[in-house]
Amino acid sequence: MSKLPVESVEIIEQFGPTLAFARGARVDTGVEPDKMVKTHCCFCGQQCGIQLKVLNNAVIGFEPWYEFPFNQGKLCPKGVKRYLQGAHPDRLLTALERNPSAESGFSPMAYSDAIRRVASEIERIQSTYGRDAFAILSGASLTTEKTYLMGKFAHMCLRTSNIDYNGRLCMVSAAAANKKAFGIDRAANPWNDIIGAEVVWISGSNAAECSPITSDYIWQAREHGAKIVVVDPRITPIARTADVYLPVKPGRDMLLFNGILNLMIEQDWLDHDFIENYTVGFEALAESVQEWTPARTAQATGIAERAIRQAAELWGTAKTSFLLHARGLEHHSHGVQNVLSAINIVLASGRIGRQNCGYSTITGQGNGQGGREHGQKADQLPGARDLGNPQHRAEVAAIWGMSPDDLPMPGVDAYEIFRKIDRGEIKGLLSISFNPLVSLPDNNFIRAQLEKLEFYTAIDFFLNETAYHADVVLPGSLHEEDEGTVTQVEGRVIKINKAIDCPGDARQDWIIIQDIAAALKREQGFTFHNPEEIFDELRRASAGSIADYSGITYEKLETQMGVFWPCPSEDHSGTVRLFERESWNPVAKGSGPFYFPDGKARFNIPIYTPPAEEPDEAYPLYLTTGRVVSHYLSGTQTRRIGPLVDQYPEPRLEMHPNLAEKLGVQTGDLVTAESRRGNITLPVSVVRTIRPDTVFVPYHWAGRKSINQLTISAQDPISKIPEYKVCAVRVYKAQDGEQPPVR
Amino acid sequence: MPKPEKYEFFIDISRCIGCQACVQACSECDTHKGVSMIQLDYVDRSVSTQTVPVVCMHCDSPTCAEVCPADAIKRTGDGVVQTARKPRCIACNNCVLACPFGVPKMHNEMNLMMKCDMCYDRTSVGLKPMCASVCPSQALFYGTREEIERLRPSSHPINSFQFGQQMITTKVNMMVPNEPHVRLIDIAMSMDQSPAPQLISHDPLLANLYEE
Repeated sequence: MSKLPVESVEIIEQFGPTLAFARGARVDTGVEPDKMVKTHCCFCGQQCGIQLKVLNNAVIGFEPWYEFPFNQGKLCPKGVKRYLQGAHPDRLLTALERNPSAESGFSPMAYSDAIRRVASEIERIQSTYGRDAFAILSGASLTTEKTYLMGKFAHMCLRTSNIDYNGRLCMVSAAAANKKAFGIDRAANPWNDIIGAEVVWISGSNAAECSPITSDYIWQAREHGAKIVVVDPRITPIARTADVYLPVKPGRDMLLFNGILNLMIEQDWLDHDFIENYTVGFEALAESVQEWTPARTAQATGIAERAIRQAAELWGTAKTSFLLHARGLEHHSHGVQNVLSAINIVLASGRIGRQNCGYSTITGQGNGQGGREHGQKADQLPGARDLGNPQHRAEVAAIWGMSPDDLPMPGVDAYEIFRKIDRGEIKGLLSISFNPLVSLPDNNFIRAQLEKLEFYTAIDFFLNETAYHADVVLPGSLHEEDEGTVTQVEGRVIKINKAIDCPGDARQDWIIIQDIAAALKREQGFTFHNPEEIFDELRRASAGSIADYSGITYEKLETQMGVFWPCPSEDHSGTVRLFERESWNPVAKGSGPFYFPDGKARFNIPIYTPPAEEPDEAYPLYLTTGRVVSHYLSGTQTRRIGPLVDQYPEPRLEMHPNLAEKLGVQTGDLVTAESRRGNITLPVSVVRTIRPDTVFVPYHWAGRKSINQLTISAQDPISKIPEYKVCAVRVYKAQDGEQPPVR
Repeated sequence: MPKPEKYEFFIDISRCIGCQACVQACSECDTHKGVSMIQLDYVDRSVSTQTVPVVCMHCDSPTCAEVCPADAIKRTGDGVVQTARKPRCIACNNCVLACPFGVPKMHNEMNLMMKCDMCYDRTSVGLKPMCASVCPSQALFYGTREEIERLRPSSHPINSFQFGQQMITTKVNMMVPNEPHVRLIDIAMSMDQSPAPQLISHDPLLANLYEE
């Protein structure tokens, strides 16, 4: 039974979120730390280098790490205050079991009993309903070693098809499109290539708030004369000084790129040599975009035609450029098509695979890149191999010492796992590093499914809102309590170092997973003694694959301050920039720079479908969602750090003054927003930096403060990413007596 | 003998993204842990995301020190205007009211004026101040004049400011564009829609900005 054991208010009393502020040794000016540990920030895919100050097994502060090349000491407010997540009053120090008669709904339980209980429930559910009836939800904030182990645990130990991860909500549209166009899913260029680009094109990325360190790279390009083009329904801090700003109507990015490409063709702003020698499919694509005349593009995208022409000219005539995009382009029911259309204008320009000629998605989650490469995705095996590919199955099965026939077939995406619970096909769930009750769309549906589970266990360091529903909670590790690797936004593999030991009964997550395997009496393949042993197996498992880590060692990561994959041998220093003209890769084998047998990149004809839900008379506005700078993902960590909560305490709804006037509201008034799935009451912020037909709400909060009560669960048919960026809502001034929820 | 490198503080508000990393990092400084000396505000959030970080400008003739009846505010030989000395400060607020940049803040619980001292504990031993170390946009930059010239060719530093009859020169520099232009936009302008009317008609400064 996975219903809430008691009212959530009572759970919050004991388990938080409690706000941590600096006190004790953390504000003592005379104190000297025992040691400084060079590691990386736990928040976001930039993975800034940072030094943690450690005293008596507690992190008491930080010192900038000026030598780390990516950020050179720079940090956003999350990085500055991350140390406050440790020694936190809400920290889970024991295993817990659901106990409706306990005041907080949970009772402490011995760790070994908890492991036995989890194993016996897995055993019972799989033997009663079949192996696929037990599912795993994993996360992209885990180290790559852990994500590798989670995939292996699902596919080899539990032999369930049903494992997926929260990168499904983040990077998958870009990943799928990159594989279709380039045959590989990794940033094509290091961030240094942004500096020196003549044009920086940023589509659907609030880089200032979601990847703050990237700001300096963009401004540095501008200092040397770069023109900045920003496409976004909001004038974000990066858009504020853009040379051309295109306020695209939510859901129309692809049409804009088609219109730009059409102008490039019309004006002959094309690299014919590159198209001829290094790509296939241009002619058919060119024909398909003919209909996207500037006038029609303007009409469809809601952008002035003049601005579209300006942007096309800047892009078309540049000698060097860098195109960046993020979730604004990807969180759509046609997110993959959006990304393909962006890649098309890059390929048509021929500006890729060279210095200052680049393209990349800005990966969002802490290990967004590494977490999507080594087997915790529904259809994936390590080394970015496919679970459905017989050769790949055989390769990985040989390393794992099992028969490929015993590997399950590909499973379903994270949202579909909940639909399977609804259909009674999945009865048990283990989650780690994932808080779907906050982060998945239409989350009233998610809550109902959690209540249907026969058994649910969550591994976490704080009791996140989804874990309120757990039967057993296992106390896992914070980022600073373990070592391992992650792969940051550029494709640079870096080393996370352990600063402190786990407190109380808490364990490093890989130990917990191995303990469950042992309790299931299936410990073969789960007897690693440390993360480096897991990494060494991962290296072997990825050898010869596209995401080849085989030449990367922990030692090399430390001495080189990161290694860009692919790195196929120990004497190889890594691949900083992809697609250089004479480069070799294991797919093309010398026939060209791209990862297809002929070595050529693919133009794809993007297929446009409108958002799943368009405004109508009853719900006349677009709702779009995103992040704010002081919070990370579902807020499990950042909603517990006092100074970050002070910076942005509550969700607010942004709207344009033209709309505010119609609704008769001013900044600070309470408004209710309502979709076909749910409603929310919250204060309004009236700003002329958002389209008048669109409202924006950030998503980091839980319960009645969660905007994902309203969002739609429509998904991209290829990537299965949910359409967080568009649904239809109505907004009205909150009626008297209507209050924002206290919790 | 080579001249030791001279580090200076440069502010470029056109780079500021409003993230408050500086505000958060300031409170991690060893001499005033838990208290931030930086203010960061929107100019007017209703029209723009423009924010301005305010650190002490470290004036050559600091008004705060000149108006202090207790002689509590000292400017050290390297030009850094220090926070008020606890034994002397009488919490009269003269400095708070007089500073043209609005920097000093009275901490009533301590009866003490505190202000940015350019991370004296760090800068006096060759480290960068906390705020400029972490600033993700490098709106706050700490480095040599040679570095700023090399890295920021499209702007230049100024350090004199006119306030009424008073001309102030400062140790801290403000970056200004080589080719100044000011532009404020309403999103509706790029959508073939009419911008919100009220501000344009009432504000002559803004009205100019909406011309085609």
